Amino acid sequence: MAEKLQAEAPLLVLEGVETLIGAYHILHGVDFSVRPGRVTMLLGRNGAGKTTTLRTIMGLWRTAKGRILFDGKPISGLETPDIARAGIAYVPENMGIFSDLTVRENMLLATTGGRFDEARLEMIFGFFPILRTKWNDRAGLMSGGQKQMLAIARAIVEERRLLIVDEPTKGLAPAVIDHLIACMNELKAANTTILLVEQNFHMACSVGDDVAVMDDGVIVHRGSMAELAADDALQTRLLGLNLASHQ
Amino acid sequence: MTGDQKSRLNAIDWPAYMLLPLFVLAALPFMSFPTWLTLTIAGAAMGMMLFLMASGLTLIFGLMDVITFAHGAFISLGAYLATGVFAALPGLAKTGGWPGALALLGAALTVAIVVTGLVGWLFEIVIIRRVYGSHLRQILITVGGLIVAQELIVVVWGANPIPIEKPAVLQGSVTIFGAAIEVYRLVAVVIGILVCAALQFLLSKTRLGLMVRAGVENIEMVEALGFRVKRLFVGVFVAGTALAGVGGVMWGVYQGLVTPAIGPEMMILVFIILIIGGMGSVGGAFIAAILVGLTTNYAGFLAPKLALGSNILLMVAILLWRPRGLFPLVKS
Repeated sequence: MAEKLQAEAPLLVLEGVETLIGAYHILHGVDFSVRPGRVTMLLGRNGAGKTTTLRTIMGLWRTAKGRILFDGKPISGLETPDIARAGIAYVPENMGIFSDLTVRENMLLATTGGRFDEARLEMIFGFFPILRTKWNDRAGLMSGGQKQMLAIARAIVEERRLLIVDEPTKGLAPAVIDHLIACMNELKAANTTILLVEQNFHMACSVGDDVAVMDDGVIVHRGSMAELAADDALQTRLLGLNLASHQ
Repeated sequence: MTGDQKSRLNAIDWPAYMLLPLFVLAALPFMSFPTWLTLTIAGAAMGMMLFLMASGLTLIFGLMDVITFAHGAFISLGAYLATGVFAALPGLAKTGGWPGALALLGAALTVAIVVTGLVGWLFEIVIIRRVYGSHLRQILITVGGLIVAQELIVVVWGANPIPIEKPAVLQGSVTIFGAAIEVYRLVAVVIGILVCAALQFLLSKTRLGLMVRAGVENIEMVEALGFRVKRLFVGVFVAGTALAGVGGVMWGVYQGLVTPAIGPEMMILVFIILIIGGMGSVGGAFIAAILVGLTTNYAGFLAPKLALGSNILLMVAILLWRPRGLFPLVKS
């Protein structure tokens, strides 16, 4: 029983997190948690504070109040490099690809010792075969979808304890989105813990286990993704949409 | 040729790369071949010395987004350190032959790298660290720093110009294909190419270089990958000031007379190089420095009255064609 409780202990916990950007009070007390081995969706309308929440977790914005615990230890006072070294990989909304570097160099930079784990690299090439083809090409020459694949591949080039991804489907073609969904599900099957911000409700339903919905800088709903997907009235109330119109 | 190879070739910015050879060839019809060769090699040598002075500043601007006018003071410091090393080892200059001359130059360069690097480190801690993110404050405080540094140089070395005599073997010239070329300029070309190659190797083949190139584009993402960018900033600033010291040694020895203003006087050309090359691009600075050196020489020969403004005209022409310079960096 104790072992089960230990396994269920959340990997990431946000408690009353408040964030100010200049004079603007963006997060007003965010509370939610991410359980290990599961995909937690963070949903909400534009401007709800989803990206700010992710940036605050990564230390790119300072926490004004509240605390963030990763594996039971506080990380809200740490610098971004220390948070990354604790085992959190981050894919920002703009993907953060280094356009002037090759695909290989982008990936190499994310390794801790400057060397690839060949077996893991083969697994990544299995997810994203295009990266093998473009291996020595400048990343800036790739399409938006290919860059997104590189951004995710870079984040998983080594085993991380938590993968944070901000709107990976933004501006992508439906076929690329389907491919990303398949990859996310494979990562999920490999027991990767993921916190995913997404506007595409179809993707959220396809990969999400748990969900937290934000509005105006606070969490307004927490629960299972399957329950939210099945409840049109709840979707309309929380997100201003229903599933049928977004499939 | 495969599709990938074609796309890689298409990705190369051919017009920017072809500008330099076309510029050199375009000057040939206006003068005799020996004159053209002399002016071209002399211009390239001057370009190399300018590159040494500009390369550090372009790294500092590219990665740290810091505009420092105090860079001129580090060039002056390098030149003054060279006068000290040359004065301390007179035997090597007069009777040492090639080994002695190269050892002397090597000693001066080593002292300049170490001392200007250390002073640069202090300068970053005391001044630059406080003005990250504010260009206006950077300009104001580094201009102030430049004035203070120049006065400190006067305190240490005096206000009178200090002569510096080239080693005997580096004086005079050699004749190649009928063109007289100063020996020292050839040495400057070799050192410039070596420094450029070392920088390119460092930037393209090492993990540190990868971090710098990535940091130039997106500092936040580099931090999110687990690297401490602040330490990288200090390292780049120290390297940038050390390179200014190297440029100062080469320029001071070439000029033969060192004054406190020897560095600041060069800053206009250094900034022109940064703007033409694309702010932050080392490769761009290399090509731009040679273009500036060649323009000065060709204009001085063909239209002496235009010589003073020739580099401004070059900059205006290139900016009309490429408003962000020849090799602009991508910033996100």
